[in-house]
Amino acid sequence: MTLIEKKLNRRSFLKVSALAGGGMMLSFSWLAGCKPTNEEILTMPDEWFEINSYIKIGENGAVTLFNPNPEFGQNVKTSLPMILAEELDIDWKKVFVEQADFYPDRFDRQFTGGSNSVRSSWKPLRTAGATARQLIINAASQTWNVPVEEITTSMGTVEHKSSGKKAGYGEMASLAGTLDAPDPETVNLKEIPDFKIIGKSKKNVDGNKIVTGKPLFALDHKVEGMKYASIVHPPAFGMKLKSFDKNSVTSLPGIQDAFELKIFKDDYGRNFFDTTTFPVIIAIVGNSTWEVLQAKKSLKVEWEKASDSTFPMAGRGGQNREIKVLGGLENSSTHKEKMAEYISKPGNIHRKDGDPETAFKQASRIIERTYSAPFLAHNTMEPMNAFADVKDDQAIIYAPTQAPELIRQTLSSSLGLPVENIQINLARMGGGFGRRAYSHHLTEAALISQKIKAPVKMVYTREDDMTAGVYRPTYSATYRAALDANNNLLGLHVKAGGIPESPLHANRFPAGAIDNYLAESWQIDSNITIGAFRAPRSNFIAGAEQSFLDELAEEMGKDPIEFRLELLKRAETNPVGERNDYDPKRYAGVLELVREKSNWSNVPSGIARGVSAYFCHNSYVAEVVDISIKNKQPVVESVFAAVDCGIVINPDAAANMGEGAIVDGIGNAFFGEMTFEDGVPTKSNFDKYRMIRHNEAPKKIEVHFVENNEAPTGLGEPLFPPIFAALGNSLYKATGKRLYEQPFQPQILQIENLNM
Amino acid sequence: MAQYNLNINGKTHQVDVDPNTPLLWVLRDHLDLVGTKFGCGIAQCGACTVHVEGNAIRSCSYPVSAIEDKKVVTIEGLSEKGDHPVQKAWLEHDVPQCGYCQSGQIMTAVSLLNQNSNPTDEEISQAMNGNICRCGTYTRIKAAIKTASKSI
Repeated sequence: MTLIEKKLNRRSFLKVSALAGGGMMLSFSWLAGCKPTNEEILTMPDEWFEINSYIKIGENGAVTLFNPNPEFGQNVKTSLPMILAEELDIDWKKVFVEQADFYPDRFDRQFTGGSNSVRSSWKPLRTAGATARQLIINAASQTWNVPVEEITTSMGTVEHKSSGKKAGYGEMASLAGTLDAPDPETVNLKEIPDFKIIGKSKKNVDGNKIVTGKPLFALDHKVEGMKYASIVHPPAFGMKLKSFDKNSVTSLPGIQDAFELKIFKDDYGRNFFDTTTFPVIIAIVGNSTWEVLQAKKSLKVEWEKASDSTFPMAGRGGQNREIKVLGGLENSSTHKEKMAEYISKPGNIHRKDGDPETAFKQASRIIERTYSAPFLAHNTMEPMNAFADVKDDQAIIYAPTQAPELIRQTLSSSLGLPVENIQINLARMGGGFGRRAYSHHLTEAALISQKIKAPVKMVYTREDDMTAGVYRPTYSATYRAALDANNNLLGLHVKAGGIPESPLHANRFPAGAIDNYLAESWQIDSNITIGAFRAPRSNFIAGAEQSFLDELAEEMGKDPIEFRLELLKRAETNPVGERNDYDPKRYAGVLELVREKSNWSNVPSGIARGVSAYFCHNSYVAEVVDISIKNKQPVVESVFAAVDCGIVINPDAAANMGEGAIVDGIGNAFFGEMTFEDGVPTKSNFDKYRMIRHNEAPKKIEVHFVENNEAPTGLGEPLFPPIFAALGNSLYKATGKRLYEQPFQPQILQIENLNM
Repeated sequence: MAQYNLNINGKTHQVDVDPNTPLLWVLRDHLDLVGTKFGCGIAQCGACTVHVEGNAIRSCSYPVSAIEDKKVVTIEGLSEKGDHPVQKAWLEHDVPQCGYCQSGQIMTAVSLLNQNSNPTDEEISQAMNGNICRCGTYTRIKAAIKTASKSI
């Protein structure tokens, strides 16, 4: 499969002179981070020269590289500057890295999500580094009066060998900063074998600050005169604010005010990421977090049931369309009943190859299985919060957000300020997992600051965070296979749906490998708000599909890896249909690698083993899970992962993120679940919402990368979806029981005599 | 409100707060020691772990009035230059992803190693079980603790 390369956006390579001397962005960044250490001060230059949006060089040769994208633990603050440093040709040890704040005029895509940071920055950042290097060369050419072609660079020095002239980049920086940037389309990029930084593990640039407890997060931010705030939202989906008694809290110690917050203007056309469960909430403001949190408990408030309502959503061509929000208090038990009804109803057909009806009529055997999974809460360790300082004519916001671009119109509308007067500064996030693509917490803090005319830090309690929605939807998928008398696979049928969206990916494997194939979907409306959760939709459908293929392989008497490879061979040599969205050879490659690394056919004694493989976010992953049973409880002994995500920028950090995705998946497969009773989320803190802990994590995880020279693809998400089935398939091997419903743990407890 | 003289990281700090105020919020809001994190508020996640008289405690559920003259150490006071063996091991294994829970993880790990300088895998899991890492760095945390145990 070929990736379409986006034409480079030239604005990234233009200088913005107003900021060259250190505008709000730079000064704020130092304040928000921490004071430079003594070591840093020694190497601080007297003057910085801006070479382009991403790079400034000091007269002493110090280099600052900006990480454009929001950091939430995926380590872009290290890996993206590594790409710049490679092409700039400098010594990584002499690099300062700063988090860029949100500057859409300077940076192309300041968004974290879809495992896209490295993939979409690969070419632009290489080009930014290479154009900066070219500017240094051009400056040296002018200074020394020698031809550009005769100048070479190495590790931050520029040299003209025949005349013996040599200088550090710093000596050329002031001139380079005044020269016109070369056409980014024409600069030479390094050959891959010449890479010195990319592909060599570098430590997290913020590692030292993290282990010493330096302020890094928005929640750590403080300014003179700052107030503290929190919110009170309705207790249930389908409920809204009726009235509240401000006096019930304003007489309490340290409490300044309590008021109603309306997040959106009535006529504002929301975008797809303006999701918020409760558009009208109460804010409480005071002198300290603890006093505000205490006041929340004392607030006298009345809620009422909400009837059906609508809000305007921005549509194409500037026309708003109405989106309906259902009234009513929903229950998980009713959800299950409704979802079961859809299994026998016809769905919406998304793909049909061959003649699946006839294949199923002619089948001597039909295997049908239904898989399901519940709503999930993201539960980032840092709860939603934001700092805001809103004045009459401008707003400064410092907050954890994956998607500043997607909230600034909302902020502009709600605050009544033009977008150019709203500065969003990007805090390191204490986790994201998709949750912080929805940034209403920024609007809430900003509206509070505007109302009290003071800077404010607004924080959710864990309970607020867990019960405020934007969950992973609940899903169900039914797979049917038609087998003939000789156990040949005649046809496959998948029908998948959810509340309120379907997880179906109709054109993914095994589509393309089966002559008679039918993919259908359905969905059920709900007032429970949902949003992106690490590998949206894939995080469920992969588990269903790969569990079913495992079951099918067993029914057909085949090794589960061999069976998948046979299907992939078919998709490679004689594909069915034309819309198959995966490369069968790379898919097979990860299965072959994991087979080798796990020593697949030699299962250690006392171990049950399962495999799974999936393609999403342009990357291929195969995983093998080994479990044992101890004290009637499964123990994950080892996980082997094989990953093809093209070139790996920072291998050790990439492995770390892969290990994390595996742990996350095992945790959600065993325990993850949010349920509802009369609209109320039944779990509101970690005492009830079970998260995976140290003793449940795999004892060993190996992440192996396929070595190739393909452009980098996604990594944060692709290791997550396949783990659900790899675990489920190993649990089947251990117990003889297939688990069709997530979370697995309650069902494991029901298996009697669980021994191996 | 009441006045307290707190011994934190070897220095005396005076605060005037409600006696029920958890140590966590005294550290964060009143003393600007923000390395100790707010995660759950009910002693379930470990993000707020600090040492009181050398023992790891959850500062979100420890009222300031209970501290009296006990010695408190936070992540900021663990070492002068960030070079405690556990901090060094954390960097060597490049443990953190988002980093939010890590000061709590480190404080629990230090407390474990102070009591048991050579813990087994199982002892590590047991001691660290109260600290959630949503990014899933558990295997690296275990490896880092084993590395640190060699130099303690």
